[in-house]
Amino acid sequence: MIEVNRQGEVWVFAEQHNGRLEDTPLELMSKARHLADTLGVKLAAVVLGDGVRALATKLTQYGADKVYLVEHPLLRAYQTNSYAKVIYELIHKHEPQIVLYGATIAGRDLAPRIASAAKAGLTADCTDLQIGDHTAAKDKQVHKNLLFQIRPAFGGNIVATIINTDRWPQMATVREGVMPMPAPDVKRRVEIIQEKVALAGPDLPLEILEEHKRPKKVDLKAARVIVAGGAGVGSKDNFRLIWDLANCLGGAPAATRAAVDLGFIDHEHQVGQTGTTVRPSLYIAVGISGAIQHQAGMSQSQKIVAVNNDPEAPIFNVAHYKIIGDLNEVIPRMIKAIKEKTV
Amino acid sequence: MGYKCVVLIKQVPDTKRITGDVMNDDGTVKRSALPAIFNPEDLNALELALQIKDKFGGHITVITMGLPVASAILRDALYRGADEAVLVTDRRCAASDTLATSYILSCAVKKLDYDIVLCGRQAIDGDTAQVGPQLAEKIGVTQITYVEALTELEGKTITLRRNIGNGWQQVRAALPVLLTVTGEANEPRVAAAKKMMKYKNALAPIEVEQKIKAENPNAVEGEIKELTKLKCGKLAEQGLLMKQWDLDAIEADLNWCGQSGSPTKVHRIQSVVLAAKETKQIEPTEKGISDMIHELIDDKIIA
Repeated sequence: MIEVNRQGEVWVFAEQHNGRLEDTPLELMSKARHLADTLGVKLAAVVLGDGVRALATKLTQYGADKVYLVEHPLLRAYQTNSYAKVIYELIHKHEPQIVLYGATIAGRDLAPRIASAAKAGLTADCTDLQIGDHTAAKDKQVHKNLLFQIRPAFGGNIVATIINTDRWPQMATVREGVMPMPAPDVKRRVEIIQEKVALAGPDLPLEILEEHKRPKKVDLKAARVIVAGGAGVGSKDNFRLIWDLANCLGGAPAATRAAVDLGFIDHEHQVGQTGTTVRPSLYIAVGISGAIQHQAGMSQSQKIVAVNNDPEAPIFNVAHYKIIGDLNEVIPRMIKAIKEKTV
Repeated sequence: MGYKCVVLIKQVPDTKRITGDVMNDDGTVKRSALPAIFNPEDLNALELALQIKDKFGGHITVITMGLPVASAILRDALYRGADEAVLVTDRRCAASDTLATSYILSCAVKKLDYDIVLCGRQAIDGDTAQVGPQLAEKIGVTQITYVEALTELEGKTITLRRNIGNGWQQVRAALPVLLTVTGEANEPRVAAAKKMMKYKNALAPIEVEQKIKAENPNAVEGEIKELTKLKCGKLAEQGLLMKQWDLDAIEADLNWCGQSGSPTKVHRIQSVVLAAKETKQIEPTEKGISDMIHELIDDKIIA
């Protein structure tokens, strides 16, 4: 661990695979930019790999003041030990006050290994980050400008704000899709700090024999309009209505966990705590009661239309438009109205 | 031959069943009001260990850290085929965050012989997935997280398939390793009736003491101690006494345990209150729906 360091920078681990940056660290940049500005310190991106210098420009455009670049042939593929060792060394050399990681599978594999080695705190799967003051209950000591690490707990039923007063850096992983991607600014100037590391065989205990990437068929995060169905849709056949409405709006079909579990649609379409978090312009919730876990994934949509035959369904609490009725009548009417208006 | 497996398991409140009734006024959850269950993915970790034992032979020790009631999942693990169970219980463990928890567990694991340490990917009460990797770092072994399948185990080399989010990879490593196992890895077996008959009376010493206290409400402390010792001796002879370790037994440095060992602290807990928005009710008629669509187009919500 490092001591409390008020001049320390804010860091974002810029996860990349095969020279392509993941979305989550880029989504994190605007929030991290805000944290750094509030604290009056620099925002740095940390990128590890082999032949990844070109990514520094992109990271700068997304908000980084500087980029720590670590290139080594043994960093070509992500491995827990090699990456953890490099980042651990950088943390001890530069003493950042905040280090953020995307809560991707690699991020959730890497960050706790570093936290354990550094004996520093780590909060998983944050959905928001803020700067604030904390008064210790025991001695009334006031800790100023701490990182508030905000995350859902107990299956989304509570929201906890976690802090780390003394064993720094303050570290957190941040959930995918909960922060909007900033717009790149092409005029920003790149500052690259090249770091040298010594790595050898024992730092790479894994042999990666083969790797298969499934091309992502569904990109809910990019959809402007989402039409989601819940268990209330009733059957896989009836789910056709969800697809039809989505198609005529140029949107993407989505579902609750219950609908996925019932086999109405593939898991890739799931929105919510254990699925994707989305923030489209329009979210149409059909036959969805509105469990808290589902709302966690969609409540930030710009406009929400809810269709349900139960007037008491909790989904209506977050909806802008409430339609109490039978989806078998309402959806065809919506399709008809859209076709009339948009031709 | 065979492999020595240590499986870390946790008793968790069944978070799928949270309602208003189980919340305290300050918004925290009354853990005691929720049914306590065997953390689901820890069952997948145990099942993977059992499959290794079925195929190659060996020995499975399950460890849990928790209150004495957590012994229930240790017995459950014995019913399913674990060979030995260890309860790590100590009031000084209270308020441990993931770092302190992984430190305490590392002290317990270091007391055992192992080739493979297995954990569930994450526990449903915190969903952090941090203790596995932190424990791996503390005992200094290779970690392989998000394991979906065991491909091959030969000599001192293990090959596994792990989830990488948008696909999977096949990795090979030399033992010892620590695995975190996902719910996709297998279908956990149910308890075996024969083992249930055998282990239903298995107890940890602290449970024996609690039982004797309840049965002898008028006994003084000395008598309780004596009776507990006697009963524990009998259980041990029958192979029904579960191991119980406190922080002294595992030689843990108290500075790294409980509150003092936990860098993260709770600043605030809030219950999720679903913010009611200004909601406009639309009649499910052709006119009502058509007007709404019109409004959405005017607002440039739909193109």
